[in-house]
Formats: sequence, C-alpha cells, structure tokens
Amino acid sequence: MSKLFSKESPLVSPLNLNNPVAVQVLGICSALAVTSQLEPAIVMGLSVTVITAFSNVIISLLRKTIPNRIRIIVQLVVVATLVTIVSQVLKAFAYDVSVQLSVYVGLIITNCILMGRLEAFAMQNGPWESCLDGIGNGLGYALILVIVGFVRELFGFGTLLGFEVLPSSWYVTNGMMVMPAMSLIIVGCVIWAHRAINGEEKK
Amino acid sequence: MAKKFKCNICGQTFEADSMPDKCPICMADSSNIEEVVEASAENKPAKKKGLDTNSNVYTIVYAAVMVIIVAFLLAFVSSSLKDIQEANVLRDTKNQILLSLNIEGLEGQAIDDKYAEVITSEKELNGNKYYMANVDGAVKYVFPVKGRGLWGGLWGYLSVDEDMLHTFGAYFGHESETAGLGARINERWFQQQFTGAPIFDAEGNIALTVVKAGAKSADYEIDGVTGATLTSNGVAAMVNGGLNVFGDIIKVAPCASAPEAEVEEVAAECADSLQAEVENN
Repeated sequence: MSKLFSKESPLVSPLNLNNPVAVQVLGICSALAVTSQLEPAIVMGLSVTVITAFSNVIISLLRKTIPNRIRIIVQLVVVATLVTIVSQVLKAFAYDVSVQLSVYVGLIITNCILMGRLEAFAMQNGPWESCLDGIGNGLGYALILVIVGFVRELFGFGTLLGFEVLPSSWYVTNGMMVMPAMSLIIVGCVIWAHRAINGEEKK
Repeated sequence: MAKKFKCNICGQTFEADSMPDKCPICMADSSNIEEVVEASAENKPAKKKGLDTNSNVYTIVYAAVMVIIVAFLLAFVSSSLKDIQEANVLRDTKNQILLSLNIEGLEGQAIDDKYAEVITSEKELNGNKYYMANVDGAVKYVFPVKGRGLWGGLWGYLSVDEDMLHTFGAYFGHESETAGLGARINERWFQQQFTGAPIFDAEGNIALTVVKAGAKSADYEIDGVTGATLTSNGVAAMVNGGLNVFGDIIKVAPCASAPEAEVEEVAAECADSLQAEVENN
C-alpha cells in the first residue's frame, strides 16, 4: 500500500514530478479551450480522468494482441468508441450532464494525454498499473486546468464557480484573462513555478 | 554439430566443434572469442507459440474484426438508447420553450404537464412553426429562431408580447460554442435581458439586436457576452433575422412607414388586426 502512494507510483507521480501538462507539456490545446471558467475546467478534468483510466485498462488488456503497425489506430478507435458510448449513455440517462459535456466529447477524443499514456504506459504495463496511471495522469491534468481556470475566472470575471468573489463595485474585470492566449501564459507561469520548486536538472 | 564463434579482435566469425584456444584468423587469445547464439534457431519455436502479430494477414484480420465489433457495439448502443434519448430531446425542447416564457426550474414530468398547460397551439407561417402560449392569462407568441455562432449552429426561442412591441423572454442554445465564453449565451442572465426589450426602433424597423458588452446605447440593444463577440454577433443576426422571418406577424406594412411618434400606436394596431386575422384562420 505504501508503494501505491510513493512518489514514483503511477498514481502519484503524474500529479507532481511527472505532471502531463507541466512536465510533459501534453494536452495544452484543451487547457486553452475550457479554462476561462472554473466549472468547465473541473468537468473536463474529471471526464479526461475517467476516460484515460478506462481506455488505459482496455488497451493494457489488448496490448499483446495489437499489431504494432496499426497500434495508434487501434488506440484511437478504442478511445473514440469509449467516449461515444459514454456520451450516448449519458444522453439517455443523464441528459443535463450530456448537454454540458457535449462540447468536450471531441476534445477528449483528441486529447494528446490519452494517446500519450496509451502509447507510453498501457502498451507495456498490466491493467492495474495502467488504471492507476490513467487516474493519476487525468488528475494531474485536472489539477493544472483547475489552477488555470481558477486564476482566469477570478480575475477575468471576478467570480468563482459563478459566485461573485471580487465585488463588481470596485473590481474592474480583466478582459485579458478571458482571452485564450492568457491560458497559455498562465500555463507557462505554472510550469515555471513547478520547475523552480522541483529543480529542472533532477531529471 | 559445429558451433559458430566470433572473435572480438578481428571481428571474423568461424565454425568449430568446440571453443578453440586461439582465433584461427588473427590468432587472438580464446578469452576474446565468443560463441554466437543463432538467433533464428533459438527464437523461432518461441514465436510459433503465439500469433505473429506483425504479419500482414494478422494486421488486416485484426483491423477488420475490430471495426466490425466496434460497429456492432455502437449500433447496438445507439439503437437501444434511441427511444429514451428522443424522449429526452423532446422534453428538453419543451423545457426550452418554457424557459423562453420565463417558466423555470421544472424537471421531468412537470415539464410535460406545464407545457401542455401553457402552450395553446402550434401554428405555421410560410412553413415556419411558431407557438401560441397563454401565461397567466396573457397571450404570448413563441418564435423559434436559428442562426450561426462562431463554431457551429445556434438556436433559440423568442417569446413576444401579444402587442408585438416587446419581447417577453428568450432562450438560446448552441452546438459547440467555446465553454465559458460563447457558451454563456446559454445562461439565464444573458437570456433574461430579453425580458421586456423593445423590438422596434423609432422608425418602426425590427431593431432588436445584441451589441458588445457595455456598448448599449438604446433599449433595443442587448449587452453581449464579454470575450465572445462573434457568438454575440451570431445571436444578434439570429434574433433579428428570426423576427424578420415572422415579420408578417410581427409587423405589417403600415408600421414601417409610420411617422416616429405614431410608431407604437401603429404597431399596436398592426398587431391587433393581425391577431384578428390569425384568430379568424
């Protein structure tokens, strides 16, 4: 059990030392699209976590049978199928959630973190480790999204999750924060801080 | 059986029955000689245990089987859930129409019941559907509108007072606008700005529109969403275009040419005469 939560375990390391966004610089595109407010950032982070975990498990189970030359296609098909089925089920049984998620479905399928983890981890490791790895990377991604979403919503709208935090009576909202470019600048700052704390050379 | 050996000094390989004392080619010491393990002889039997996952046949069969399985799976999921999904979509549409009439907070069966109670009839104008509603005794028109946003389609419902002078409420939906920006047209604070907004400008033209947030200069201009100018423009075009589609109902010829001061009166008359016409039909 102690191994499960050690710094190097597939579950914990992506949260900090091996963060998919801050260290591997994956998934930047969606970090840009959904972080202007906190709520979509959280929703997107959780969806990616769930999908990464499941697709990692499936690919890990199939890994010995997948022909090497078409492995990327197989991975893509698995991810796309999974996302489509999940969105269909949601549409039938949780319509409100599915309406909220509809925008993200395409973004999840093409998220490079998914492909990256499938290719780098699930193809070589067993289902259980792969599941942990998927959850860990999804949460690591969610963490960055939440930080960026937090900063952008707070200063861009003066609200958090829709509740007014900085009263509009004296706080003039910063329109720059709402612009997509700002999310890249904030991600850049997060990576900077992350490297300053952890030391770049340790790798 | 002869074994293969390789000399690490001269790089030559040669055959011998057992490890020689010296390399027969360069005469180097036996410590520099290694036995070469035949890769093919060792590995071939192992490979035959499993399928050769790199062969063309395997790859093609694998791809074909995968596609068939996935196709069946998706078709099965899609068709088995279709009825429930359609019911959800229908109910959602009803809810959207109710939202445009500022009736909020309903869920499940309550939506169907309220819809049946409020919407009195569905009518058509030149092939475009619209709805008549009765909210607490007041007659309202609900006009469906369609348009284009930044990334995809927009749609909405505009409810209008019986006298056709002001909008009563609005609902907007979108296919794929940017979350947190354009997607905010879906939020109630934006839609509620349409409650009580005048439709006509001083010249009697349909003028209701959406402008950049904060740039509002007349009552018929609605504040757009900050940071989502293109989506807001899409909403403006959709609202304005949509009202013009139903222009025959909303305004009749005299309204447009009426002098400024009489606009409201004339528009009201137009609406009355039209209302009478509609009822006669």
